[in-house]
Amino acid sequence: MKKDIILAGVGGQGILSIASVIDSAALSLNYNVKQAEVHGMSQRGGAVQSHLRISSNEIFSDLIGLKQADLIISVEPMESLRYLPFLAEDGWVITSKDCFKNVPNYPDEAELFAQIDTLPKKVVVDAEALAREAGSAKASNIVMLGAAAPFLGISVEAFKAAIEAIFATKGQKIVDMNIRAFEAGLACSAGK
Amino acid sequence: MEKMLLLGAEAIAQGAIDSGLSGIYAYPGTPSTEITTYVQESADAREKGIRSNWSTNEKTAYEAALGMSLVGKRTMVCMKHVGLNVAADAFVNSAVTGVHGGLIVVVADDPSMHSSQNEQDSRFFGKFALIPVIEPSNQQELYDSVRFGFELSEKFSLPVMLRVTTRLSHSRSGIIRKNSIAQNELSLPKDPFQFMLLPALARKKYHNLIEVQSLLEKESDDSALNPLEINNEGGLGVIAFGIGYNYLMENISAEKSNYNILKVSQYPLPRKKVEKLFKSSSRVLILEEGYPIYEELLRGYLSVDGATPIDGRLNGVVVREGELDPDNVGKALGRNSKNINPLHEIIVNRPPQLCQGCSHRDLYDELNEALAGVANKHVFTDIGCYTLGALPPYNAANSCVDMGASITMAKGAADAGFSPAVAVIGDSTFTHSGITGLLDAVNDKSNVTIIISDNSTTAMTGGQDSAGTGKLFDICLGVGVEKEHIRTFEPLGKYNSENVAILKEEIAYEGVSVIIAARECIQTQLRRKKTEKKDEPLVRNCNH
Repeated sequence: MKKDIILAGVGGQGILSIASVIDSAALSLNYNVKQAEVHGMSQRGGAVQSHLRISSNEIFSDLIGLKQADLIISVEPMESLRYLPFLAEDGWVITSKDCFKNVPNYPDEAELFAQIDTLPKKVVVDAEALAREAGSAKASNIVMLGAAAPFLGISVEAFKAAIEAIFATKGQKIVDMNIRAFEAGLACSAGK
Repeated sequence: MEKMLLLGAEAIAQGAIDSGLSGIYAYPGTPSTEITTYVQESADAREKGIRSNWSTNEKTAYEAALGMSLVGKRTMVCMKHVGLNVAADAFVNSAVTGVHGGLIVVVADDPSMHSSQNEQDSRFFGKFALIPVIEPSNQQELYDSVRFGFELSEKFSLPVMLRVTTRLSHSRSGIIRKNSIAQNELSLPKDPFQFMLLPALARKKYHNLIEVQSLLEKESDDSALNPLEINNEGGLGVIAFGIGYNYLMENISAEKSNYNILKVSQYPLPRKKVEKLFKSSSRVLILEEGYPIYEELLRGYLSVDGATPIDGRLNGVVVREGELDPDNVGKALGRNSKNINPLHEIIVNRPPQLCQGCSHRDLYDELNEALAGVANKHVFTDIGCYTLGALPPYNAANSCVDMGASITMAKGAADAGFSPAVAVIGDSTFTHSGITGLLDAVNDKSNVTIIISDNSTTAMTGGQDSAGTGKLFDICLGVGVEKEHIRTFEPLGKYNSENVAILKEEIAYEGVSVIIAARECIQTQLRRKKTEKKDEPLVRNCNH
């Protein structure tokens, strides 16, 4: 088992919350994990990414090489395209369709989604709407995690256990809401 | 034992907590900040009474750590690479005095300048000071190296540098902890003048430092941190330093038997192992995360006929600048370069920017308005979030060099007759290195306008305490700025016209003025409100 995952988004969108659930699920299955993050200046509203590697064997590099990633999980559609050079030929792109427009020259949405549509393997997720349905727009990252789950080589049960463990301190209501968000995301990738 | 998933920085902190640490000293700086934050937030550290508040700058941090070491306790001082420039005086001299309790100086370098103004390599400083340097390649090694580093420091009575780079400091991995050990007892050094660097004594101590070098070299040769594998006599050799080893193995772990590999994670260089590697290899590739310090040393200045050829950063086989990665190391190993499609033009840059609602935004709007129409506009700024004021839409700041330089560079320009000489500096940067420059300006009656953009925190690194919170007015007054030229306002849109008027008045004043533009960082404000909310019921239950 070996998965190389690029998490992408904009500083402040909380991509590391997705990473922490994957990490926790992977560790519970005794996999090795390495996860490189971005701190400091680029956190301030800039493009951010995290390299997350899971393997049953020893992992050497903290960074993923070009054309090596099995998966790009992006919480922002333009950012899903920024890291394509890292994606393996048969890799998947799982992206939210919620645009985060904090630059004046943000591309035209129709053109952007037309470009995403040309990708051979992708899942485009209406993350925020699904999260709101589940109970809170804040859970959109967990919706994205759900959509990515079938491609991560980790069982749904392990993810749910990790979500429960991570949100346990916030009460059962929050746990249930995140589980609903996870399932809503999971449904987006059904049959892919 | 269960694995803990920790950032490299956190692994260092946990390693220190478990290894008898009595106090940690630091000024925040990416990528080193999380070491100290972790200790501050650790219940374990609190229980053990480990001292962990932020210091005003890296020099005060270093000296306090040295004092703690003098009385026998184990201590750690942490900083980013440029922070070591600030602490350099204390650092270099501490190699001459030596230490008593173990002292580890952790320096986090930032090759590729993810969040820095240069990519200087701290191993150079370690070599300069003649002390042992440890440069682990993964998070578990980082954890383990802290225990080892304290032992090494106490064995040789020398400070030990632990060098990390961004990728290791800011990457998480599973860590297995060791049993916790007790702190040292308070004790003075046997020699009451060990730390007395009068020239006559300093010469003796320096002589001792030189004498011990051969022992340090032997220590490196014997160290398990520097494994040598001769797998292919006469084949390609690689010296992989620190994290360079990871990228090497990422490329060749399946065909390791073709290569002779020396991994170096402890300095000085293990001479015997290096000689053995060179003797066994027809060619040697050198992988250093940082400057080509050891490549240059091994190449020598004059080329020698028949010498084993060396590849590295200096002959372009490895990239000359920036951090190593699996691809540029693969290329150096002769791997075929991958055919990468250029990014679609639809993808635009998304540079970092000031947060919505940030006080610096209002300040720069006001400053731009106050300076509108000024022909030779040049605003001196400093290190912090507000450096982003240089970018559109503000284009409000022109220079940024090092901590505190806004004030002193504005002063120099003013001394030369430049006007208006305006400096923008954050509150934490001001107390770090700005106060002495302000004193220079006051003593010289320089014509400068200094704006302290006071958000009451060290924001860029994530909102650590700022040493001057609530004290800035008094500090400026104490330094000698005239009371009527220390002005305070709140940078908010609704006060725009008053604030612009104040700025204009003080820019027009020929002398030193300080404007304290004070409004809390919105990020720390948000966090504070969350904690206050969380704490409310707790307080009520306790009937306070």
